[in-house]
This record gives sequence, C-alpha cells and structure tokens, in this order.
Amino acid sequence: MSAPIIELRHVSKRFGPQHDLAARLARNVATRFGRPTPNETVRAVDDVSFAIAKGEVVGLVGESGCGKSTVGRMVAGIMPTTEGQVLFEGQDVNTLSAEKTRAAKLKIQMIFQDPYASLNPRLRVEEIVGEAPSVHGMVPRGQFGSYVDAQLRRAGLDPAFKRRYPHQFSGGQRQRIGIARALAVQPEFLVCDEAVAALDVSIQAQILNLFMDLRQELGLTYLFISHDLGVVEHLSDRVLIMYLGRIVEAAPTEEVFLRPNHPYTQALLAEVPRIEARKRRFTAIKGEIPSPLNPPSGCHFHPRCPHAMPRCSVEVPAFKEVAAGHRSACHLND
Amino acid sequence: MTATLEVRNLQTHFFTRAGVVKAVNDVSFSVNRGQILGLVGESGSGKSVTGFSIIGLVDPPGRIVGGSILYQGRDLAKLSEREMRDLRGNRIAMIFQDPMMTLNPVLRIDTQMIEAVQAHARVSRADARTRSRDALGMVGIPSPEERLEAYPHQFSGGMRQRVAIAIALLHNPDLLIADEPTTALDVTIQAQILAEVQKLAADHGTALVWVTHDLSVIAGLADDIAVMYAGRVVEAGKAATVLDTPAHPYTAGLIGSVPSRNQRGSKLRQIPGMTPSLLSLPPGCAFRTRCSRATSVCEQEPPVGEVTPGRTARCFHPLESVAA
Repeated sequence: MSAPIIELRHVSKRFGPQHDLAARLARNVATRFGRPTPNETVRAVDDVSFAIAKGEVVGLVGESGCGKSTVGRMVAGIMPTTEGQVLFEGQDVNTLSAEKTRAAKLKIQMIFQDPYASLNPRLRVEEIVGEAPSVHGMVPRGQFGSYVDAQLRRAGLDPAFKRRYPHQFSGGQRQRIGIARALAVQPEFLVCDEAVAALDVSIQAQILNLFMDLRQELGLTYLFISHDLGVVEHLSDRVLIMYLGRIVEAAPTEEVFLRPNHPYTQALLAEVPRIEARKRRFTAIKGEIPSPLNPPSGCHFHPRCPHAMPRCSVEVPAFKEVAAGHRSACHLND
Repeated sequence: MTATLEVRNLQTHFFTRAGVVKAVNDVSFSVNRGQILGLVGESGSGKSVTGFSIIGLVDPPGRIVGGSILYQGRDLAKLSEREMRDLRGNRIAMIFQDPMMTLNPVLRIDTQMIEAVQAHARVSRADARTRSRDALGMVGIPSPEERLEAYPHQFSGGMRQRVAIAIALLHNPDLLIADEPTTALDVTIQAQILAEVQKLAADHGTALVWVTHDLSVIAGLADDIAVMYAGRVVEAGKAATVLDTPAHPYTAGLIGSVPSRNQRGSKLRQIPGMTPSLLSLPPGCAFRTRCSRATSVCEQEPPVGEVTPGRTARCFHPLESVAA
C-alpha cells in the first residue's frame, strides 16, 4: 500500500455553546447550590483515527448523528478539529505555512448532498465553476472560457448551458455542476458527503458511474460518506462504520459484507432492504439511536446490543485487529 | 371478493398557466384486504399525486378529470366533501413522508390524538385518551402514558413517524396510503417501521398502498408492484415476477440502476437521459427517448398488454421472460 494521502490521528470534535459572562456566572451559582446544569457539549467525533492511501476509495457509513459528516468536513479542512491531527501527505495541515495550507486545501475538495443548497443561485454556471481556478490563478485569462468548457464536459454537462443559473437545471445536473466545480481546481482527493442521496435511482446510477470514470481518468482518491450500504458496497475498496462519534469497524469492503464483526455492523447489514430479498419479515434492532449529548457509557452500542455483557457498560472496547486489515471495537473479540 | 380499493383509469390533471400537466394519466390498479401494493416511480412520475387523489387531497389547480376510485365498491371521486370527511382519517388513512405534515407543532400529542378519535367516534375524552395511549403502545413507543403529554418537537424523527402512524391507525382503517414514510429515516429505524406495517396488514387486514422510489424496500414489503413513469403505470404484477423478470424496459433499467444488483465496482447499467417534463411529453410512449428498444412504432401510444398471466406492461417491445 502506498503512503497515505490523508491520515487522521486521534481526532475529536466537540460542539458546545459559547457562554457569555452572565451564563457562566449563573452556571457557577447553580453548581454551588447543588444544581449543576446538564452537560451541553456534543462529542460529535470521539478519538477517530484512520488513513486513506492514494487512489483508494473509502466508504464511511453510519446513521444520522454518528458524526460522519463532521469527519468529512475535518478531512476537507473546512472545519477545525478540537483535538488530534489531520495529516495531508504526511504533514499536519495546522502546522503548515499559510501558503502550503492553501495548496493542501485545494487538493481536497468536497461534494455536498444537496445540490440545491450548495450552489450560489445568483451565479451563472461558468462563474460557479470558474471562480476558484481564476482566484487561485490556475488558468491564464485567455484560456478561461475553454478551461470551464472542459470542466463541464468532463462532468457530463453541455458547455452550451454555461450561461445558465443553477435553478434552470435538474437535481442530477446540479450535482454534476458541483462535481465540475470541485474538479476545476485539480484536486487529488474528493470528499463526497451523501453526494447521491438526494437523487432518483436512475440519476444516482449516472452520477456513480461518473465518479468511477473520474477515478480511472484522474487517479482520484475518495472518502465516500453515505448511509446507503448498497452504494458504499458498490464503490468502495474499504469501509469504515461509525456509531455515535466512534469508528466501530473498519475492513476491506468484501470482508465487511461477508464477515461483519461488530454487532452494530451485523444489525445494520441485516436491516438493509435488498432488492434480492422477497417478501420478508422485517425485524429490527430495538431502541433508538441515543443522543450524542448524552451517549451511553462504555461501548456506545451496548443498550441496543443483543450480546451486551456487564463489562460493555463500563469499559470502552479497544479498536483492534480481528483479521488482516479488519479492525473492530467489541469486547466479544477478547 | 371485491377489492378494498380499485382504481380505474384515474386521471388527475393540473391546470397551470404553462399548460395542462397530466400528473396521473390513465392509472389503474387494485388492492385486496391485507395486501400491500408498492407504487414505484421516480420524482415526477405521479405516484404521490395518485395517493393524494385516492384520499381526496388534490388541491387546485389540480383536479380529478376522469376515471373512478372504488373503495369497497363506492366511487370516492364522486363523493361530496362531507361524505369524504367521514371516510378520511376513519376508514381511509394516510401517512406522509414528513410526519410534521400530520402533526401540529404547537399542540400536545394527546390533544391531537383525542381530537382525531372524537372526530369519528362518539366516545368520552377519557376513553379517547385510553385509545390513543394503546395506539402509541402498538406502534412501539415506550412509556406511551407519559409520551402522550409531549409535544412533537420532543420526539426524534423516527418516533414522530410512529406517532403519525399511530394516528392513522386510531380507527383501524381498511385502507392505508403511505407516501414514502421511511425515506427520511435511518436504516435501523426504517426496519422498525416496516415491521410495524407488515404486522398491521397481517393482523388487521388493512390494505396498503405504499408509495416509494425505493425498489429495495418494496422488494421486501409488497405483494404487488405498479411501476409508474410520466403519469402512467408502465408495468404491474406480482412483486417477485416484476422484479425478477421485468417486462418494460424502464422497469429493467430501474432495477439495473440499483447498486446491489451489479457486480461490485462495475459500471452501473444506467438509463440515459432524464425524466421528461410532464408539460412537454413526446407523443407515444413517454419513455421512448431514453429506451434502447424504441422503434418508430413507439411514436404511437402503446396499449396495455398482458405479458405473462397476471402481469401487464405498456410497451410495444416488452422484454421476453429473461432474467434481468
């Protein structure tokens, strides 16, 4: 395996309210009188480490609130970490000079879920796609038009439409505009955050095919964030499963789907509706996804886990290797 | 046995300034007691409007312009608004994609549920409350007695959808229309809701119309499938038959687009082009511009033909019974 293009080391992200002086005073007084105010800090991402090799496609799977989008944003460098390091090609992005940071950030681009919300409605397509390369001086003035045309064509759009506004396009075409915009700065790494979730099945297939073509053509590396296991299975080389801020399992794609180790992964795979399955009885993991404001102690999954033991509610399971390249965080493996 | 619901040649059109949008154009299907029909289609195919037409919630400029909707032999399209109100929420109920379309954000759950009970049953407030509590318990909401006093915002998305389902079930409806009720939910929560719905159809004999774009959900849930494209049912039949050996090229394309059906890492068999605007449909088969089997005869309107017993397709060149 080649050197990692991106590596996260013990990365955490906490979100909490910013208290002003009065709020802090009030909380102090309340605590003194024996009424501590409840914890308001969300540990969205809790000590996450992983590395992605150049050219790899890694799927990041989890349900809502598990922190998968926050991980994606920290990887893309559009959200700072609370703790831990993000390394791009072996260098900590926070210790680089301003100029090098900018260069590193350009190499990582993000594609968002909602193509309606992530495109400026007041800009023409050519401005949306061409803005970043011209700001960063990547194209000489004279070639600007042909450069934008090439980006649009690569994303499967007719350059004849470049004078149009985003609202004049369908959902699938808008997602293509978002892809053309991301590719315009010649990135090496794409973070796709639920990039096909809002699209119809037939359009989704077109966009997934485009992602695979671009991988071949440009040698791109992907972090593909999705709740859709079918999409992730199809596209990824390796899969990371997240639950309430932690990675609970990481393994090559086939391995995860053949031999899921963590009870959460097993339950998730059992629940995925599959087109091959006919008229079956749906059973369900009991319980709700707990609030990340107040996650369960020990293993976060223990209140819903069919195999939970007393130990699970006390001790956080170590994330360790269960087979070659296959890691899982579960006490059952001891 | 008469079907619980029989839709015959339904036509719902929207009279917009830009022209007449034939959102539902000659749609027919039927659902028996305890059966689940999956109404499948992509955005703009008319599947939701079909659902709204059945329950009489099509707003102007939309109007049912033709066909009939027979509920236990009575034509819903011909009922007065008053007669429809007696049925709606009582014998026929609907669950929406967004449970906040059902729930009023400023009223407590008990207020809303008691109102829904008393709208159709002459019972005391206390009885109505008991019935509401039991309904919440039935859809798997823990400690229903306390949750009755909560407001909708105090529930998670999955729990809100359960409350909406509990309200729909208050009067043990004979017919339930579900419009993408699990699309916004997580996989594990979706499975819980699907389990409840299956139990309902099996235990109470409720006939279910499940409107969705998700073929994988339908594969596990439905007895019958009707696939819609551009306002028409293009293929209909037993779920297993349609999914295993699709006859209409659009159904085949749709199934081929689902990632899990394909070899991992291979190219997905995509349908070229996009769904046409309903305002400017080409004459003849609406799918022909995206279809690999299209010929000049497709410029005529294809008739509904029985491809194999019990399975119909609206196509001049249906696929032979080859596995997809």
